[in-house]
Amino acid sequence: MSDNTSEFSADAGDGETADPTADDMVIETDVASATSSSETTTTPDPIIRSRDLDVFYGEEQALDSIDIDIPENRVTAIIGPSGCGKSTFLRCINRMNDRIEACRVEGELSLRGKNVYDPDVDPVALRRRVGMVFQEPNPFPKSIYDNVAYGLEIQDVEGDHDEIVEQSLKRAALWDEVSHQLDSSGLELSGGQQQRLCIARAIAPDPEVLLMDEPASALDPVATSQVEDLIEELAEDYTVVIVTHNMQQAARISDKTAVFLTGGELVEFGDTDQIFENPEHDRVEDYITGKFG
Amino acid sequence: MSGDSLADDLTRRTQNAPPELLSRTFFFVCAALSIATTIGLIVLLTTEAAKFFTFSAPLVGVEGETATVVEFLTGTEWQPTSGRFGVLALVTATLMVMIGSSIIALPLGVGTAIYLSEYASPRVRSILKPGLEILAGIPTVVYGFFAIIYITPMLQPFVPGLGTFNMLSACIVVGIMIIPMVASISEDAMSAVPEELRQAGYGMGATKFEVSTDIVVPSALSGIFSSFILALSRAIGETMAVTIAAGSTAQFLNPFNPATYTERALPMTAAMIKLIGGDVTGGGLAYRSVFAIGITLFVITLAMNVISDYVAQRYREEY
Repeated sequence: MSDNTSEFSADAGDGETADPTADDMVIETDVASATSSSETTTTPDPIIRSRDLDVFYGEEQALDSIDIDIPENRVTAIIGPSGCGKSTFLRCINRMNDRIEACRVEGELSLRGKNVYDPDVDPVALRRRVGMVFQEPNPFPKSIYDNVAYGLEIQDVEGDHDEIVEQSLKRAALWDEVSHQLDSSGLELSGGQQQRLCIARAIAPDPEVLLMDEPASALDPVATSQVEDLIEELAEDYTVVIVTHNMQQAARISDKTAVFLTGGELVEFGDTDQIFENPEHDRVEDYITGKFG
Repeated sequence: MSGDSLADDLTRRTQNAPPELLSRTFFFVCAALSIATTIGLIVLLTTEAAKFFTFSAPLVGVEGETATVVEFLTGTEWQPTSGRFGVLALVTATLMVMIGSSIIALPLGVGTAIYLSEYASPRVRSILKPGLEILAGIPTVVYGFFAIIYITPMLQPFVPGLGTFNMLSACIVVGIMIIPMVASISEDAMSAVPEELRQAGYGMGATKFEVSTDIVVPSALSGIFSSFILALSRAIGETMAVTIAAGSTAQFLNPFNPATYTERALPMTAAMIKLIGGDVTGGGLAYRSVFAIGITLFVITLAMNVISDYVAQRYREEY
């Protein structure tokens, strides 16, 4: 585990990171003392953990003191009304917010115990461990093959790239539709196919976490259900964090649900069934039942 | 208000009201004028060039026959006062300007565009872009003097035997002149690449350099090619700077041999200036050869525009 951590530290030597047991201990103490949201003891150790995470865009606060423990190999859904900061939180995990000049992040957000906002963390290395799928399908104007192989090439992934591309397309449930036209442009595919291509592209370099920012909101119902099935399957091997506007979608595919409400607050986080059937907070219940938002 | 007046209102023909008709006519004339000018120029070029090729000797001050089209296009000696009209001597010089200036302008222009579009902060960009446009606005005659007064003396210590007038300086100065064009059009094309594609690249763990070269440049390729072709057209058509810098001695040189760039030469445009500016009197054979060069130049630039359009269509990315 310490290897995983050191790989995205820009200049961390082998000895620099704390030994794994210490890391684990730190995490467990924090979990124990954390909010009531982490009651469920059956979930594995959190792979992503945030403490007191504040994000500002200029003067405006987008996230207010977020504490969350996202479990490994589960689908965690983030829901909430527009402007509640759910996408902002997602983009903190792989530091895509760095691209916004006015954005300022305070507090801690760790991936396997390593704070990704530490000065020695290289965002490029971080993003190689944390894949991302965006709202609008955005394949590169390259061939289908080159789209999937892109991450393998820039990350110098070893092994048979043809094989990895095929496996990734199969896992993204796209292989049967495109196996005969790998050389044609990714832009020639339909919207739903493009999004599955983007998923294949994201999983090809085998990241640890897959972030999805409303991945189905630009798709028709058939394509949406294909992508949803896919997400459930991916959770067997990946930690998936998905932002969605669609509460039915969150209920269908996620194990854990985090509800962000206006003001950038994480109001409730827990097992999806519990959140949807018996939320602790009235505001969450109002939101889920459609009284607000 | 009666129903009738509403019906009147709705059926009024504003389209044919006098102010509408007048403005439509005005704008039509504006558009027609430029097309008419173009057609007029083509007709003039063609008829005058045809006269050049059909002249029959003897003529005042000219011995011998005029050149046939084949002789004109394949001849390598350009001596209009002695009746030698081999345009290849001029075409190769123009080709040298094209090759030499693009070696300088294409990489620097694309590099500038990448910097402006991907690396520069909005503040830096707001200074650099107008700066480039100023570079593009300098009169070309100034570039010509810049070449013989600064560039050639700077090169002379490094290039033995470099005379005051040489193709090398002409190429460098034309290269500098067309950088803003390459940079500006390429930058427009790169800025038009959707942010989502960059996000996809960064999300994959690509560095800024990888996003620029693997994603932005390929996505903007049609625009970048267009900038190349337009800049090359400008290099071909460039007159004053090369007339001043290259030395106006027609020589048939091998444009693919770097050593020939230290020589003087006479590109097509410079040859035309020379003919009109002093060598010849109106009406004669040499005078008419201006139009023969002109139409050759026109065909070349037209061809480049057609290629540019084709390339832009062919490689356009539908993001």
